[in-house]
Amino acid sequence: MQCQVCNQRAATVHFTRIVNNQKVEMYLCEQCAREKGAYGEFAIPLGVGNFFASFLGFGDGSSGSKPYIKGFKDVLKCNKCGMTIEEFQGTGKLGCSACYDTFGENLKPLIRRLHGSLEHTGKIPSRLSRGVSITREIARLKELLNKAIEREEYEKAAEIRDKIKSLEVSMQ
Amino acid sequence: MNKDFNSVSRHDIVISSRVRLARNFDQYPFPPKMNNKEAEEIVSKVKDTLMNYKNDEIGDLLFLDMDSLGDIDKQMLVEKHLISPDLATSKRRCAAIISKNEKTSVMINEEDHLRIQTIFHGMQIDNAWKLCDKIDNVLDKSIEYACSETYGYLTCCPTNLGTGIRVSVMLHLPALVIAGYIGNILEACSKLNIAVRGMYGEHSEAIGNMFQMSNQITLGQTEEEIISSIKNIAMQVVEQENTLRNQLYKQNTIKFEDKVYRSYGILANARSISAEESLRLISDVRLGMDMGIIKNISIDTLNEIMLSIQPACLQKLLGKPLDPDERDVRRAELVRRKLRQN
Ligand SMILES: [Zn+2]
Ligand SMILES: [Zn+2]
Repeated sequence: MQCQVCNQRAATVHFTRIVNNQKVEMYLCEQCAREKGAYGEFAIPLGVGNFFASFLGFGDGSSGSKPYIKGFKDVLKCNKCGMTIEEFQGTGKLGCSACYDTFGENLKPLIRRLHGSLEHTGKIPSRLSRGVSITREIARLKELLNKAIEREEYEKAAEIRDKIKSLEVSMQ
Repeated sequence: MNKDFNSVSRHDIVISSRVRLARNFDQYPFPPKMNNKEAEEIVSKVKDTLMNYKNDEIGDLLFLDMDSLGDIDKQMLVEKHLISPDLATSKRRCAAIISKNEKTSVMINEEDHLRIQTIFHGMQIDNAWKLCDKIDNVLDKSIEYACSETYGYLTCCPTNLGTGIRVSVMLHLPALVIAGYIGNILEACSKLNIAVRGMYGEHSEAIGNMFQMSNQITLGQTEEEIISSIKNIAMQVVEQENTLRNQLYKQNTIKFEDKVYRSYGILANARSISAEESLRLISDVRLGMDMGIIKNISIDTLNEIMLSIQPACLQKLLGKPLDPDERDVRRAELVRRKLRQN
């Protein structure tokens, strides 16, 4: 299907908008969709893959050619599940939890664009919560330690230092 | 006498509240990369954990093996929002655990190993989250969840990363649609990263003036922050809908009542009716009930009609597969009967 605006490039974005109680549907190419501001609205990509490919910065997603760095494809393959970056571009789905490490740097721009953040602040599984809370506690104590040293409260500093040591031991 | 203009309960406009959590096992590939043996192991681990758990709040649970369910049964679960269309059509080994009160459903091997979902009537996001969180904690005890310290819960699709939470409310917004303001609302929501969709999620249209509003961002905010922002925005939309309803009614009382009664008249008398037309008319009748114009039907009856007119629910109720023309006739009969019973 061709783009309904430029009638040149292939339509890869299904764009639905409600204007004055009327549903307006359009099929657009990536470029025209961007110009129409479709991404802020209700764009439903025809192939999710194109959407992710463009997000990742691998071309506009509408053509078959992707500007690979030579040998790139061979390097970026998940050891655990066998997922390649190319496959991820096609589906927008990862293969296993290790994929997040394997494709780490490549995923960051996408994740930032999707969520505006790279850091989780919500609930965590119980098996991690102990470790995380200790790490946070150590960071807090280290700050207190610095303040105590600044104020030349050496006795207090020694106390805090002992607490940090015992927490570090409990982590191992 | 009509109900006091300002007393329209928020439950009238907010039809339902839903919370969903996406979770995965750390040691297994995500469902699209799983083999049959791994899929089977996940199904039986989740089944063992949840089916042996007894809790009054969650209530009795049913284990539903997707392989042994017929198409109409699966479609009916989709119509009731208990499973997703993807799970219903999945070729993978998959299952669902559903509570008898239909508030809880846990999908196994959908896009993620686990999709834990709770649905409540009206504006009850907090209750939905409380229950969902509880079920998640039960599963957390026996499952090693995929999680990283920076990204939180790891999901098959990066759009669900972090909290893995999707909070949604179903809103009935006829006045905003009639007045032509719905577009502005949708635009404002999209700027706030709130997705608005039709009744059946993802790619569906807003039939019967029902809109589903949900968060798009799942990473970088806590569950509570996400919930309070959806709640906040939903309540603002509800206020606007409420104000508009009262204005429309005051300014065009006869036209307003005429529309409501005509729709009621068609529903109560039609000899053949499609699901779509029914939903449109039900929306008018619901609005009329909210405004105190129609008083002889209960909201429960209307909700029951809304559910039972859907293709699979209707066929299940009548006990046999029907072609679309036949369905329209039987649907009209069913609606007439239910409205008479009141
Ligand atoms: Zn174009
Ligand atoms: Zn992997």
